[in-house]
Amino acid sequence: MSAAITSDVAKTGSPPKISLSRAERGERTFGRRIIMPAFIVAIVVTQIPFLATIYYSFQNWNLARPQARSFAGFHNYVAVVTNGAFLPALLNTVVIVGSSVVVSLILGLFLAVLLDRKFPGRALARTLLITPFLVMPAASALIWKWSLLDANVGMINWAFGLVGIPPVSWNTDFPGMTVVFVLTWQYTPFMMLILLAGLQSQSGEILEAAQVDGAGPMRTFRTMTLPHLRTYAELAILLGTVLMVQVFDPVNIMTGGAGHSKTLSYLLYERAFIGQQVGEAAAYGVVTVIVTIAVATAALRTLFRVFTDEGGAR
Amino acid sequence: MSGTPRLHPRRAMRAAVTKARVNRFAAVAGVTGMSLALAVSGCAGFGNLGNKPGVTTITVASVNNPQMQDLAQLLPEFEKEHPDIKVNVIMMEENDLRNATTKDVATRGGQYDVMTVGAYEVPMWAQNGWLSDLTAKAEADPAYDVDDFFVPVRQSVSYDKKMYAAPFYGESSFLMYRKDLFQKAGVTMPEHPTWQQVADMAAKLKDPDNGTAGICLRGKPGWGEMFAPLTTVVNTFGGQWYNMSWDAQVDKPAFSNAVNFYVDTIRDSGERDPASFGFTECLNLFQQGRAAMWYDATSAAGTLESEGSPVAGKVGYVSAPVVKTKESGWLWTWNLAANALSEHQQADWEFIKWATSKQYEELVGKQFGWERVPPGTRQSLYQNPQYQQASSSFADLIASTLNKVDPKKPGIDPQPWTGIQFVGIPEFQDVGNQTSQQIANTFSGGESVATALDRGQRIAQIAGDTQKTEAGK
Repeated sequence: MSAAITSDVAKTGSPPKISLSRAERGERTFGRRIIMPAFIVAIVVTQIPFLATIYYSFQNWNLARPQARSFAGFHNYVAVVTNGAFLPALLNTVVIVGSSVVVSLILGLFLAVLLDRKFPGRALARTLLITPFLVMPAASALIWKWSLLDANVGMINWAFGLVGIPPVSWNTDFPGMTVVFVLTWQYTPFMMLILLAGLQSQSGEILEAAQVDGAGPMRTFRTMTLPHLRTYAELAILLGTVLMVQVFDPVNIMTGGAGHSKTLSYLLYERAFIGQQVGEAAAYGVVTVIVTIAVATAALRTLFRVFTDEGGAR
Repeated sequence: MSGTPRLHPRRAMRAAVTKARVNRFAAVAGVTGMSLALAVSGCAGFGNLGNKPGVTTITVASVNNPQMQDLAQLLPEFEKEHPDIKVNVIMMEENDLRNATTKDVATRGGQYDVMTVGAYEVPMWAQNGWLSDLTAKAEADPAYDVDDFFVPVRQSVSYDKKMYAAPFYGESSFLMYRKDLFQKAGVTMPEHPTWQQVADMAAKLKDPDNGTAGICLRGKPGWGEMFAPLTTVVNTFGGQWYNMSWDAQVDKPAFSNAVNFYVDTIRDSGERDPASFGFTECLNLFQQGRAAMWYDATSAAGTLESEGSPVAGKVGYVSAPVVKTKESGWLWTWNLAANALSEHQQADWEFIKWATSKQYEELVGKQFGWERVPPGTRQSLYQNPQYQQASSSFADLIASTLNKVDPKKPGIDPQPWTGIQFVGIPEFQDVGNQTSQQIANTFSGGESVATALDRGQRIAQIAGDTQKTEAGK
């Protein structure tokens, strides 16, 4: 096929007139026919759910009120704006995810620097440090709720008691912070792994040269290692954010959406499954998708820069 | 299976992300997914084909409470008596069950023949025509003895004077207290305490240095968690969610007094970290001996008195505390109902009848012990000497409470719905859930109860307005 087209262009120099032989035409139709089912399935799988969500968002539909189902116009979208639940949830998501990303990045960097040195038992230490990332989110939420933060038997309150601080009711007094705790605990190993890869990709010769030139370890770290790690950190932040925006389990298990812990994904769950407001939940979904796409586009541009600037050369 | 799953937040986001890349991978994944789905549904079809002729298989969706697990274990007995019926039970957590069954009946899926439904759902579902009317079948059999059910319990499964479900087990609420701690402190528990007395006693009995709370009250957000006990407090303070014309009453003085009282009592002498305490958490705390009182479901008594419980024998039980009403216990029933779309109505009824009959109670009593009989539905159970012996400290109180509560008018003023600790409208789970989140914020003192209830009023009024337009139609 392609051979026929290019030769045509070469001969005439004018816009290509495609002439295909009978066999080639048949091959082409056959090719189309083969692809068609997969293509249709792809459309069905990817587009129909989204289109259905848009359709539902214009419906007045409470699952438990089947008779009252009707066209709602923009009523659901008006509800999203006027209920006053969306913006706080968006803000909560930004605060919770933002602070979790920053804290886990700093802790991850600290651990990565420690792990970058050679010491006996390094492999074991690395495995142990990665473990929190491998624990299921629901399980880690339960571990935090019961073993660590519980007001009566939690280890953190027990440790506080040793130094004379009265126990703190974490879930009641600081619900948002407890979610940040869990996320940070869970994603520090993730940040650590990416940054460790960055640290280990540093050229030993350059570090040695810096040492010969009289730079101390702190200076080397600040002027050589940190700039080198920048792209790795960007990637870690991007991936961490994408993963953490979906936070659901800690909110559901630990705080039930109280305080400033109701994130966007939990809000959506509430509208759909506790509110049973299919139409309103769909409208929330559509608005969330629009916001996510806007944020993701900005974020993906950053990723693009990460991939074009190679290894911290800028 | 259509409709709601697409709205799951992660799926909605994923749909948006994959939208951008319609590539071969997605197509392959799609084909695999579809063929998998076909394979699964195909299997289900073959499963039905594999049945012996003349055998009807019914699918039962059930909540995974201990009483229901006992029921599942006794199924062979049922199948022995009814060789032509095979029962397939699917157990789920309460929330999952509610999601799954609501979706099934609302979208006319017809997946389940028999479902466990709560007192909250029965009237609404009956009104929507989702449940079969069991009145005639139940009354046709004198041995089934419909009149044996406690009157409020039977009301809770009725709509328009017809019976749409059969009660499997029921509960009210009462106040539990540690007799030994009260004796040590020299405090006597009155038989019918008022809430003010309870708050005073809680303040006397709390012992923060040893980590003992004066009282445990649920503070965990959720319509079925915090608002189950709290609504009964609101009722007895003379408040209510809505008046007869569906105007929300959440910011009215009576409602607000009740919530202020509840929050203050918890803050002064309740458990630490109330926002994480629901039924299970309070049960653990009380059973470990770290609370002097606990106001909650009567179904807790069986666990507290069971073998190996550290507080067994040390617990006293009195009626739910009151303020302005004479009685303040709640009413909850788990019931078995037949899906109106089920093709096996007769088999469904045979199963429902068996599981809610007197014979079944005897079967459980003989097989597992009398304390494990599903409580709170049949008056005859409370006259049974074997049951009385197994549950001597609390059975009579439960029976008398279940006879006295009035789900049609639990508070001071009349209400346009049937239900004590909930409002019987579809939006209530939502209203109760959101309002309880607001109240949870006040436990720390960071937000005022007035602000929380102002928000609650707005949330409740939206649902009230829907109710008004419904009534206008």
